[in-house]
Amino acid sequence: MTQHGVERLARFDGNERLLHWANAVLFGVLMVTAAALYLDPLAALIGRRATVRQIHVIAGLALPVPILAALVGPWRAALRRDWAELARWDAGDRRWLRSGGRAYGDGPPGPSDHARHVLRFRAHGKFHPGQKLNAAATLGFIGVLLGTGAIMRWFGPFPLAWRTGATFVHDWTAIVAVVVVAGHIRMALADRPAMSSMIRGWVPADWARQHRPKWFETETGRPAAEANPPHDSSS
Amino acid sequence: MPTPAASSDGAPIGRRVVLAMLGLGALGIVTGSKVQRGLEWALAPILARDGSGLAGLLPVSRFRIYSVTGQTPLRDATTYRLVVDGMVDSTLELNLADLRALPPTRLVRDFQCVTGWRVPDVPWVGVTVGDLIDRAGVQPGAVGVRFYSYDGLYTESLTMEQARRRDVLVAYDMENRAVPPIHGGPVRLYVAPMYGYKSLKWLERIEVTSQTPPVGYWANRGYDQDAWVGRSNGRRDEAT
Repeated sequence: MTQHGVERLARFDGNERLLHWANAVLFGVLMVTAAALYLDPLAALIGRRATVRQIHVIAGLALPVPILAALVGPWRAALRRDWAELARWDAGDRRWLRSGGRAYGDGPPGPSDHARHVLRFRAHGKFHPGQKLNAAATLGFIGVLLGTGAIMRWFGPFPLAWRTGATFVHDWTAIVAVVVVAGHIRMALADRPAMSSMIRGWVPADWARQHRPKWFETETGRPAAEANPPHDSSS
Repeated sequence: MPTPAASSDGAPIGRRVVLAMLGLGALGIVTGSKVQRGLEWALAPILARDGSGLAGLLPVSRFRIYSVTGQTPLRDATTYRLVVDGMVDSTLELNLADLRALPPTRLVRDFQCVTGWRVPDVPWVGVTVGDLIDRAGVQPGAVGVRFYSYDGLYTESLTMEQARRRDVLVAYDMENRAVPPIHGGPVRLYVAPMYGYKSLKWLERIEVTSQTPPVGYWANRGYDQDAWVGRSNGRRDEAT
């Protein structure tokens, strides 16, 4: 697919992008209402605790809706393929995990800023292990926050200590989730073509060739390696 | 989850991460109240020395604001008045300076909420309710004390015997500073031996009553009127 001289590779279909942004909006509403409930100065400023709490609960209960709709509808094919891809970790991914996220790729960082940047975000398959970790963590956050939130809201049938326990887990998980979401946004801003593909659906083929060589080869049938090393884009 | 042949050559680490998180979450629900207590004990020295205020953001040993009204009621400390009336010889009207001029009582006690959170060792300074109503002169036959908040909604009440305890305060200092508006300042009630909902915020009026006063805001909604920590509301917290 070539247009205006840029060869494009489809990365996310409409269903996947819709799921991502529906989830993002719900997370946004949940974080803003959570802040209004949790942070004293904001709580004093905004007040209306009962209303804010209700919005928070409704947004929380809505979390599984986009996921289930995107996974079971007739539009599910691409998402299910990527879902399986995100769940599986090859040897390179596992090496990245063991190194604490410092190492991926096959050699020392290149000489230029651009080469270092490419290496930092590089992975063989369609997704970087950091993205796989983020996807799994997001799913885990949703499950944990939904379960603990439900116990906090409807504590009646449970032992009283569970209410305290659920609050404890909900608070700490939410704090970690905020950090992870902030990290996700930071990484996206640092890798613009990848981020844009969550809006327009495609990446430049050249990005895929440098950042996702194996995926590039599967998609295009052409070798990703080229005679010259990655050039510095600033030169 | 389908696993096409193309990606079946890897470990299902994603699934393990999700399952581990769910497992830890479930474990945390069951053991969290104990872990929380341990964490509070372990972090107490750090929290006490934190000058940045950042530690206040952590869900450890922190107050949570459960105001029942829309906005935080604000009353200027300079124009604040507390009224003591009802079955008394003379109605009292005290400003903040008057209150601070009365013999102070200092307490360092835990604040326990009926929802489970607890803030350990909170320093409080104020005047006991007993001293205040005695200054107004309690008339014979008075059996109860009712408290009014200027949030316009919240009331609390105690029996005369409960109100006369030496650990029931009209508090103007909390954590070594004036009680902030969000915590009920300039003046609030602190009923040390009972759950937090008895410690009414934004106190403006104390009424000595001849009959058992109507129950308080939360007692009206199903919580125990005699809200002793550890001996009410089906809870077994350690006494404060």
